[in-house]
Amino acid sequence: MAIIPKKNDIPTQDAKVRAHNFKEVALGYTEEIALAEADRCLNCKNQPCVAGCPVNIRIPDFINKIKEHNFEGAYQVISESSSLPAVCGRVCPQESQCESKCTLGIKFEPVGIGRLERFVADWHNANDTAEVTPVENNGHMVAVVGSGPSGLTCAGDLAKKGYKVTVFEALHTAGGVLVYGIPEFRLPKAIVAKEVETLKKLGVEVETDVIIGKTLTIDELFDMGFEAVFIGSGAGLPNFMNIPGESYKGVYSANEFLTRSNLMKAYNADPKTPIMKGGKVAVVGGGNVAMDAARTALRLGADKVYIVYRRSMEELPARREEVEHAEEEGIEFRLLCNPTEILGYNNPEDPRDPKNGFVTGISCVKMELGEPDASGRRRPVAVEGSEFTLDVDTVVMSIGTSPNPLIKSTTKGLEVNKRGGIIVNEDGLTSRDNVYAGGDAVTGAATVISAMGAGKVAAKAIDEALCPENANKENVYTFAAAEEQKTGTASN
Amino acid sequence: MNKIVTKKVLNPTVTQMEIEAPLVANKAKPGQFIILRVDSEGERIPLTVAGTDKERGTVKIIFQVVGATTELLNSKNEGDYIENFAGPLGVPTHTDGIKKVCIVGGGVGCAIAMPVAEEFHRLGAEVTSIIGFRNKDLLILEDEFKACSDRLVVMTDDGSYAREGNVTVPLKEMLDAGEKFDMIITIGPLVMMKFVTLAAKPYGVPVTVSMNPIMIDGTGMCGGCRITLVRDGERITKFACVDGPDFNGYEIDFDEAISRSRMYFEYERRAHEETCNLLRQA
Repeated sequence: MAIIPKKNDIPTQDAKVRAHNFKEVALGYTEEIALAEADRCLNCKNQPCVAGCPVNIRIPDFINKIKEHNFEGAYQVISESSSLPAVCGRVCPQESQCESKCTLGIKFEPVGIGRLERFVADWHNANDTAEVTPVENNGHMVAVVGSGPSGLTCAGDLAKKGYKVTVFEALHTAGGVLVYGIPEFRLPKAIVAKEVETLKKLGVEVETDVIIGKTLTIDELFDMGFEAVFIGSGAGLPNFMNIPGESYKGVYSANEFLTRSNLMKAYNADPKTPIMKGGKVAVVGGGNVAMDAARTALRLGADKVYIVYRRSMEELPARREEVEHAEEEGIEFRLLCNPTEILGYNNPEDPRDPKNGFVTGISCVKMELGEPDASGRRRPVAVEGSEFTLDVDTVVMSIGTSPNPLIKSTTKGLEVNKRGGIIVNEDGLTSRDNVYAGGDAVTGAATVISAMGAGKVAAKAIDEALCPENANKENVYTFAAAEEQKTGTASN
Repeated sequence: MNKIVTKKVLNPTVTQMEIEAPLVANKAKPGQFIILRVDSEGERIPLTVAGTDKERGTVKIIFQVVGATTELLNSKNEGDYIENFAGPLGVPTHTDGIKKVCIVGGGVGCAIAMPVAEEFHRLGAEVTSIIGFRNKDLLILEDEFKACSDRLVVMTDDGSYAREGNVTVPLKEMLDAGEKFDMIITIGPLVMMKFVTLAAKPYGVPVTVSMNPIMIDGTGMCGGCRITLVRDGERITKFACVDGPDFNGYEIDFDEAISRSRMYFEYERRAHEETCNLLRQA
């Protein structure tokens, strides 16, 4: 059978229609398309895709199960390694992970691994009827701080091993960045809610409105009987550029803009939490968060949305699919541009003019790429005399975050690096006994999957620390899995 | 869900409630705040802790009905529940080394100033309190201030009660008379805090102001509560939720803070009207 050179397209909402609603953009593979895409997998011997996955999902094995029409079997293969398949199938940057290593990708487009993962997870969620029940309690208590991807993963892995896990969430809804950050049109909140429900059925307790570091300290958690603590408290405070005008009304951090829209449901017709809608919007930055903010602004009714990014398309760190979707929806990319000042309205005649202090524009300078910097990316350099102004009403700063100081400032002996990230060893263990950490609280802003991976590593380490006898079991399991994998490959 | 244990109307627009929240009550110190949501669709609003009762596990909040959310909160009664109540947030008011303090409160800000005055009184500092209101009907907490102040001056803008004028008048008189405060702590409308700071400046007395900007999460995530400090000519961005809410008054860019506080003014006015109409129909 001839190889189909291109990935099967994923059905999506029409760009013109979806630009005005918050429903999911990509609709997912049908069974038919999934089978066709699975057939593109060469089932090559060395399985480079597995190494490209931060949590080493046995990708060819789950694709084989799809080929066999055994979708639940495929789900079981994925869930051995990943706790949030429906989430990762949607938000992972596959093009720089598993799919970038795909053998088929050397000559053609790689297998649509992410799309297949999503298909499998959605199939499971729609068809699975098995009742989730708690595993027999092993008598150990673990506290998890934060209910984002790392916390949910760590909690889930430990609950499956019989630990009594309590997740503490500072906000009123569990899910962390999956609910306050990533918009509905990219990750429906119902999917996150289902994952959280599943954890609860496993016996995990979720305590919302508890701010660890304030309501309770890490030390108090140990006093309460928890034997280990995992900190997955997330990224923290938004960065600003420190250019003039960032305090004008209409300048948001991406965190604030997205939180207002997602968590506080400002996208509803009659929201209780206000947000500036309509007009012209400039989003500064080139990551996934910037794409989310730009596309959210568009859906809130903006007439025009710009992405202002200081490097070129090649360096743009966002997921390729999000960039393509944003372009299709009409977001205008002003690349190699750097903001120098945000302009605001000031009526010198009338200090009480209600328009005073609102954003009117953003001044930028054009950039060109010079020599590579420490990160290996070519450093953008301002082009003299190239200043220009974009007339906008809203500016969203999406240029990263700095770690949250709350836990560090109330936990003696918890060491952080010079950027404020919690220092951990390869097991996720911090400088404090029995305190583990992972996700953005350690690395600074990164991906959902890497946070999930950190949650898994820590869960394994916590298990080995609290139940040393399990350390051996884990090895037996890994060995068995490897054996199965070998036989599986040989038989094909 | 947190139960409203007591509710007391302090004046036509200001209400006091005690909310059941044992973990918060156990931790909260003067100067800190909480975030609440009235119902599952509501917005998150920050309110400063006006007192705690550790034994009963309750936290006292005092709020002015200024918008849709406070209107809705005010419609709740004893025994009702509110959806969320999280805290304590922010850094407690610094009290170390302060032996003689002047507390300057304005309007509903007095509710926040009161526990601070009580704390200094408890610590044995000499407490002078100056509290100001628009008129007699809006006066709150006079007895409470009396109980924890070595000296209390009450002001009303229109002279309908006690002395006429704003809070800076007696403050200046005291400073002119050679009073030496270790610290002036002012809590109230931004404009009032700005003028208290300006009044104190010539005398070189340190001023602490309590900022109450617009917030969402209150935990150091959204950055909406940012304020600008001007220190040695350099503009520094700080976040009221984790760095404050108390700041050095001399460093605050008040005009910017005043402008930012009015970002949703139009929206809030409309939402408030709609909520009033809804509650009236109910």
